[in-house]
Amino acid sequence: MKWSLPENIATYGGKIDAIFWVITVVTGIAFVLVEVGIIWFAVKYRRREGRRAYYTHGNKALEVLWTSVPALALVALGIYSADVWAQIKGRDSAPAGSLMLGVRAKQFEWNVTYPGADGTLGTSDDFVVRNQLHFPVNRPILIQLESEDVLHSFFIPQLRVKQDAVPGMTIPVWFEATKTGGYQIGCAELCGLGHYRMRARVTIHEPDEYERWHAEQVASR
Amino acid sequence: MAGAVTYYAGRAPERGLAVYTQKVGMWVFLASEVMFFTSLIGSYIILRFGASETWPLPGEVLNIPITAINTFILICSSVTMVKAFAAAEVGDKRGTRLFTLATALIGSTFLGVQILEYRELLHEGFGPSSGLYGSTFYTMTGFHGFHVFSGVCCLFWASWKAFRGGYDNRAYKGLEVLGLYWHFVDLVWIILFTVVYLI
Amino acid sequence: MATIVAEPTGRPVVREPHELSFIRKYIFSSDHKVIGIQFLFLSLFFLLAGGLLAMMIRWQLAWPGQPMPLGSLFPETMAPDGIMLPEFYNSLVTMHGTFMIFFAVMLLLVGVFANYLIPLQIGAPDMAFPRINMASFWVAVPAGLIALASFLVEGGAAGAGWTSYAPLSAMPEASGVSLGQQMWIVSLVLLGLSSILGSTNYITTVINMRAPGMTWMRLPLTVWALFITAILALLSMPVLTGAMIMLLFDQTIGTHFFLPAEGGQPLLWQHLFWFFGHPEVYILILPAMGFTSEILANGSRKPVFGYHAMVGALVSIAVLGFMVWGHHMFQSGMNPLLATSFMVSTMVIAVPSAIKTFNWMGTMWRGNLHFHTPMLFAIGFVMLFVIGGLSGIFMASAPFDIFIHDTYFIVAHIHYVLFGGALFGIFAAIYYWFPKMFGRMMNEKLGKVHFALTFLFFNLVFFPMHTQGLAGMMRRLYQTTGYEHLEGLQWTHVLITISAFGLFLSGMLFAVNFAWSLFRGPKAPANPWNATTLEWQTPSPPMHGNWEEVPVVYHGPHEYSHPDVADKDWLAQNERPDVVSPARP
Ligand SMILES: [Cu+2]
Ligand SMILES: [Cu+2]
Repeated sequence: MKWSLPENIATYGGKIDAIFWVITVVTGIAFVLVEVGIIWFAVKYRRREGRRAYYTHGNKALEVLWTSVPALALVALGIYSADVWAQIKGRDSAPAGSLMLGVRAKQFEWNVTYPGADGTLGTSDDFVVRNQLHFPVNRPILIQLESEDVLHSFFIPQLRVKQDAVPGMTIPVWFEATKTGGYQIGCAELCGLGHYRMRARVTIHEPDEYERWHAEQVASR
Repeated sequence: MAGAVTYYAGRAPERGLAVYTQKVGMWVFLASEVMFFTSLIGSYIILRFGASETWPLPGEVLNIPITAINTFILICSSVTMVKAFAAAEVGDKRGTRLFTLATALIGSTFLGVQILEYRELLHEGFGPSSGLYGSTFYTMTGFHGFHVFSGVCCLFWASWKAFRGGYDNRAYKGLEVLGLYWHFVDLVWIILFTVVYLI
Repeated sequence: MATIVAEPTGRPVVREPHELSFIRKYIFSSDHKVIGIQFLFLSLFFLLAGGLLAMMIRWQLAWPGQPMPLGSLFPETMAPDGIMLPEFYNSLVTMHGTFMIFFAVMLLLVGVFANYLIPLQIGAPDMAFPRINMASFWVAVPAGLIALASFLVEGGAAGAGWTSYAPLSAMPEASGVSLGQQMWIVSLVLLGLSSILGSTNYITTVINMRAPGMTWMRLPLTVWALFITAILALLSMPVLTGAMIMLLFDQTIGTHFFLPAEGGQPLLWQHLFWFFGHPEVYILILPAMGFTSEILANGSRKPVFGYHAMVGALVSIAVLGFMVWGHHMFQSGMNPLLATSFMVSTMVIAVPSAIKTFNWMGTMWRGNLHFHTPMLFAIGFVMLFVIGGLSGIFMASAPFDIFIHDTYFIVAHIHYVLFGGALFGIFAAIYYWFPKMFGRMMNEKLGKVHFALTFLFFNLVFFPMHTQGLAGMMRRLYQTTGYEHLEGLQWTHVLITISAFGLFLSGMLFAVNFAWSLFRGPKAPANPWNATTLEWQTPSPPMHGNWEEVPVVYHGPHEYSHPDVADKDWLAQNERPDVVSPARP
């Protein structure tokens, strides 16, 4: 069912999902505390004839308590998140030996650049496939994300990856899939009237299968 | 007596700042103006750092000596503004008239020189679409010029009031508040001149 | 006949009595109460307009490609045969956000209540600069008209979202909208001017015009909230104005601020926009927090729990509010190290909101709760704001934000804060202060039905959006079909849309109540809620100049159930100087 996050197929997806569950538990406790408290007070202290409210301007000890507990919890959450963030999106966080691909977004398509027969990106034998992202499983993929016109956002939900594509910038995005199969890229940043249909196909292959696909593509050009 | 307002036993309202309300209002308004110019100057700095290789040297595009003189002119107008206020404070009506009008005229001179500068630059092909430097130059100096223009309009109005004897040693608040604005506009120019022309 | 009164400052001032012409009294009035009411009608109109746009959006999402009811009324350029075009959908989304944020909620909170309440609650005869105040309203009107008219021009209204991210917003060739986008900019520049003029007035008035004895720590929390809000608006609005002007120049005179082809930086727009935008978020919630504090105290018949902490929380929100804007840009391509620092500051800014929530609970604790309609909405505010606040923590965590950024989770969050929070606070405030404004009571029964239905439908509309977001549904999609990971979720859109229609209809109940009470409501006494603040110690509605004699203040703002007052459970700020109230128990 779709009541929670979609299937995770990224190596670092587990860390992201763990943060989700930690926050869900922490905020869940706060949520129940507050909502139940309010309803309980509303029932318990509802108006009664002849009763007078308790006259108080506050309570220092309580106030210090409910300032410091959330503060500590939030800062801890911040530090925990910062660590995961650096592993996923840090400027040099992509593992060495990643397969480099280029993705150039434009209204309303994703153009993927693959290295040619020489196996390196940025040489003259590179080739471009429109709306088709192929890569092997169990190998880190490093994408150089660019945009030709306006902002777009590269989003593959199952891979827990999202990154805006900004014209004039080349932004590195890395991920590693743990499972083969067919998925989709969606565009998550409003980019014009075709934003809703700016999709591309993602195919995750077994390594040898990817090599075969790649060789076929090279040969056909 | 509907609509009449009296204070209880003549007690004064609580004052958070020991100055009169119009002056507080101008300070508050100027805080907002600071943020406005900060957004323009901040953007300039960010854009310039982002494109430092292609950024032209100001001296190659702009006529710095003329603008330096113009800066001096604007600073002079701040001096006359101070003089106008000082004259009003001691009830010197002649001095008030003279210095208010002088400030208005010097401010107009500044604007005139700036318009000539724009004409010259546009003639040379340096317009708002001439790269980032053109974009930022015209936006920043243009909005500063607009502020000077607004100030000059108020100054002419104040001069007219001064000639009708509207300011004296009891009624000089308007002039003081206008002066605050005028000094602010002056100060912004000195920053702009430094950032856009000199650095 | 004018009355000349000696002001304490020594300069005699002339105050006009009631012999003003109709135009000076109701149209070009400089009376803060009239201006507040003018803002009320203007902003309620935009609330309705924004609501109608939302209904159209909801129709398209639930039944994509189906002709809208009355759809044939729309021209070919918007909805041929009643079927909405994607470009029209983008305009609707953009203008729904623009209307609601800038013209409905912001004007309701600040335009209406800052104007109406500040002088009355601090015991001043009017604002510091009544004519600037009038100008602030009459600048807002053309701003609204221009935004409305932009639907009718060629290319339609702006369609780049209420955030109008560059370069889409700067490139007519990419968005298909040119004049509409420019009108959007001009409209918001005018609104910004209106807001700056208003804020200057509010701040100055609070600083220098408080009634004798109205010290800072005796200010009602509403005034504190509005004061801090005005500071936020004063300092953030001009940054938006600066950004807007650059955007306008990019479109019209060929500058390149946000256009990368000539070295411009699209991210600069986002930095400037959110430097304004995050304080704006607090502009849209702080006043509602103030109303809630005050109404909860009134309904609970207790002083506000932790008044000083409440003020401290407001002040710290204002300071921190300028240091967290980058949390909107975690996935924007901004330097990831910068994101880390924004993440930590964002976590910290959640603390003051937590303090406020617990203090509201503390206010209700051991009270004697009267559930009048304003109180219900105030309780509703706390219950819903908590959800909005807690869901914010999910996106404050940058790594998890990777997944939920630009999904319906964000849509749910913003609506819990702006509708469940701000708008519930606004409804509470309208029900509460309506008698003061118009001298008539609103209908309590209808008000309670309005509350119950709004609370129910609100949650039915926006709670499921959290799950849609967690499923990975992107926002601002013309239709969400065609995505494999969203298959089988269409029914949630249908549920939400039907509930949204219910929400709209419950809003109509409010409209009926409002209009009916305006003319037929029972006459209101000066102090129908037995409240303590100064505005209730003068007739409803107050006369021009507010007071026969400006009151002197002896007490804190929310002295309910004071033990030294036996005959009643409230102590007005200006009564009985012999009773002394402690700041702490
Ligand atoms: Cu796109
Ligand atoms: Cu924010």
